Amino acid sequence: MINADAHAILDRRSKLFLIILAVITAWVVFANAVIPESSQFHVSNGSVVLYGKYLTYALLALSIDLIWGYCGILSLGHGAFFALGGYAMGMYLMRQIGTRGVYGHPVLPDFMVFLNWRELPWAWVGFDWFIYAAIMVFLVPGLLAFVFGWFAFRSRVTGVYLSIITQAMTYALLLAFFRNDMGFGGNNGLTDFKDILGFSVQASGTRLTLFTLSALALAACFVLCRIMVASTYGKILVAIRDAESRTRFLGYRVEHHKLLVFTVSAMMAGLAGALYVPQVGIINPSEFSPANSIEAVIWVAVGGRGTLIGAVVGALSVNAMKTAFTTGVLAPYWLFVLGAIFILVTLALPKGIMGLVDRLMAAWKARTRPVAPPQPETGA
Amino acid sequence: MTRADPNQVTPSILYLDGIEVSFDGYRALRGLSLTLDKGELRAIIGPNGAGKTTMMDIVTGKTRPDRGTALFAGSVDLTKLDESEIAELGIGRKFQKPTVFESQSVADNVLLALSGPRGPWSALFGLRSRVDVDRIDAVLAKVRLLEMRDSLAGALSHGQKQWLEIAMLLAQNPKLLLVDEPVAGMTDAETETTAALLREINAEHTIVVVEHDMDFVRMLGCRVTCLHEGAVLAEGALDAVSADPRVIEVYLGR
Ligand SMILES: Nc1ncnc2c1ncn2[C@@H]1O[C@H](COP(=O)(O)OP(=O)(O)OP(=O)(O)O)[C@@H](O)[C@H]1O
Ligand SMILES: [Mg+2]
Repeated sequence: MINADAHAILDRRSKLFLIILAVITAWVVFANAVIPESSQFHVSNGSVVLYGKYLTYALLALSIDLIWGYCGILSLGHGAFFALGGYAMGMYLMRQIGTRGVYGHPVLPDFMVFLNWRELPWAWVGFDWFIYAAIMVFLVPGLLAFVFGWFAFRSRVTGVYLSIITQAMTYALLLAFFRNDMGFGGNNGLTDFKDILGFSVQASGTRLTLFTLSALALAACFVLCRIMVASTYGKILVAIRDAESRTRFLGYRVEHHKLLVFTVSAMMAGLAGALYVPQVGIINPSEFSPANSIEAVIWVAVGGRGTLIGAVVGALSVNAMKTAFTTGVLAPYWLFVLGAIFILVTLALPKGIMGLVDRLMAAWKARTRPVAPPQPETGA
Repeated sequence: MTRADPNQVTPSILYLDGIEVSFDGYRALRGLSLTLDKGELRAIIGPNGAGKTTMMDIVTGKTRPDRGTALFAGSVDLTKLDESEIAELGIGRKFQKPTVFESQSVADNVLLALSGPRGPWSALFGLRSRVDVDRIDAVLAKVRLLEMRDSLAGALSHGQKQWLEIAMLLAQNPKLLLVDEPVAGMTDAETETTAALLREINAEHTIVVVEHDMDFVRMLGCRVTCLHEGAVLAEGALDAVSADPRVIEVYLGR
C-alpha cells in the first residue's frame, strides 16, 4: 500500500504528460515502420536512434530532478551512474560478439586479445547472461551511490561541498576507466556490438524496439518518481530541501531519507545509460567526463527544477537544439550557446520552461474569465 | 543560587549541571545548572545574550557542551545523542525565529510533525489513516489555524507561524517542550491566548518557555529562572525573582 492517493500520484498534468509521451512514441513507431520512405512524414532509422538517445537523456534528467528538485541534493556527478549502467550493458553486448571479433578468439573480446590477456578478468564473469547484466545495470550504480551517500550524508556534507565531491567521483572514474589494465577497454571503450538477445543491433526492428523501451522506461520511472514525491516521503524530502536541520529536530534521520532517494536516482540513471549504449553503439570513458554531468543539470534547470516533467522537457529541448547547432556551421560555438541558454534561463526564467508554462496558463485563465462574478463585497 | 543536588536526579525530567560552552573563546554558558521536574512549567528570562537559546541548543543536540552534564529522564545522557535521536526521545522545540516548511501547506507541516514512525519506508508504504487527518485538524483547531489548513505555511503572518510551530509541537506530542519566545510579534489578545494554550498543554507535558514579555510570564503563573552571562542568577516565584536587586539591575531595571 502506497502512502499517497492515486489521484495525487497521477494529477492532471502527469496524465497529460504520459498521454503526450505515448502519442509521440506511437507516432514515431508508425512513421518509421508503416509510412513509406518516399513520404515526407517518414521517420528515418537514424532519427529513431537519435530520438531514442534523447529519451535516455530525459531519463537521466528525471533522475537528477528527483534528488535536486525535491531534496536539494545537487549531484554534479550523475553522469557516472549513467556511464556505469552503460558499461554494464556494453559488457553484455561485448560478450555477445562471441567469435565474430576481428581476432575470432573463442572467449576474449578483441581488446583483451590485443593486450595479450589469457583469460577473462573476474569483473566480466557472468556478463554473457542478459539477466546478470540487467541486474548489474541497477546494482553497480546503486551500490556506488549507496556507499558514496552513506559517507557523504552521515558526515553532513551538503550544498556546494557535496556537488564538488560528486564531480571528483565522476572524474576519478573517468581516469580509472581510461586505464587499459582496468579491463574495460581503456580509452576506446566498448564498441562494435553485434546483437542483443539474438537480434542485430543494426536492424531497424531492434532500433524501434529500443526506442520504445526507452519511452516505456521513462514513463515507468516518471510514475515511480511521482509515487515518491506525492507520498509522505516526498513531503519529508521537500522538508529536508527547505530546512534540513528543522527536519532533524522533528526526529527524522535525514541521512537515511537522502540515502534512499539518492540510490533510487542513481539506479534510474544507470537504466538510462543501459538503454543509451545499444542505441548509440559505443560506451567509452568520456561518458564520465564532469562536463557531461553538468550539462545534464543544465537540462533540468532549463526545463524547471522540481517538476519532473520539466526535466524531460529541458533534456529534449536542449538536445534538439544541440543537434541543430552541432550539425550546422555553428558547431564550434555550441558550448557558448549552452552557457548563454543557462545564463538566460537563470536570469529570465528562474523556474525554467515549466515556470513559463505556469505563468502563461495563469495569464490565459485570467483572460478567459474576465466576467466572473465580482467578489461579494464585505461591509458597506 | 540553586546548585542542582545530585540526589534529585531521579525525579527530574531534565538535569543540567555545570554546562560550559564557548564560541570562539566567548563563554556563552558558564557553569549553567538547572533542574526541571516532570510536569513542570518553567519560564526562563534574562537579558539578550544571557544564553537562553544556547541552553536549548544543548538540550536538543544542536550544540555540544565543552563541559558539564545534561541528563534527560534521570538517566539519558543528551550530550551523546544527535538531534533526531533526542527528538525521538521525546524532546520537542519551537525556535526563536519561527521555522516552518514554507513551501508546504499548513496541514502538511503538522503531518510532518505528527508522532509516529520516522523512517523512509513507512513514509512511502505506510497506510495514511483517517485518524491522522483528524489529529491534524484537532491540533490546528487548538491553535486557531483550521481555516488556513490548505494555505502555504509561507503565507502565514509572523504570529500565525509561531502558532503553527506550537501546533507542530503538539502533533509531535513530546514529553518535554522547549518553547523559545513564543509571543514575539503577537498582539496582546494573541499573547493571552498563547499563555492559556501553554497552560493547557502543561496539563500533560513538561514545558520550558523562554520569553522577554513579563506580562506573558506573569500569565503563565509558574516558577521563573533568570539567566545572566551563561549562568542562573535567580530562581523562584515570579514576585521573588523580580524583586531580586540583581535581577532588577541586569534585566528588569533597564
Ligand atoms: N553558534 C554560535 N556561534 C557563535 N556565538 C554564538 C552562537 N550561538 C550563540 N552565540 C553567542 O552566545 C551568546 C548567547 O546567545 P543566546 O542566543 O543563547 O542568547 P539568548 O539568551 O537566547 O538571547 P536573546 O534573548 O537575544 O535571544 C550570545 O552572545 C551569542 O552571540
Ligand atoms: Mg534567544
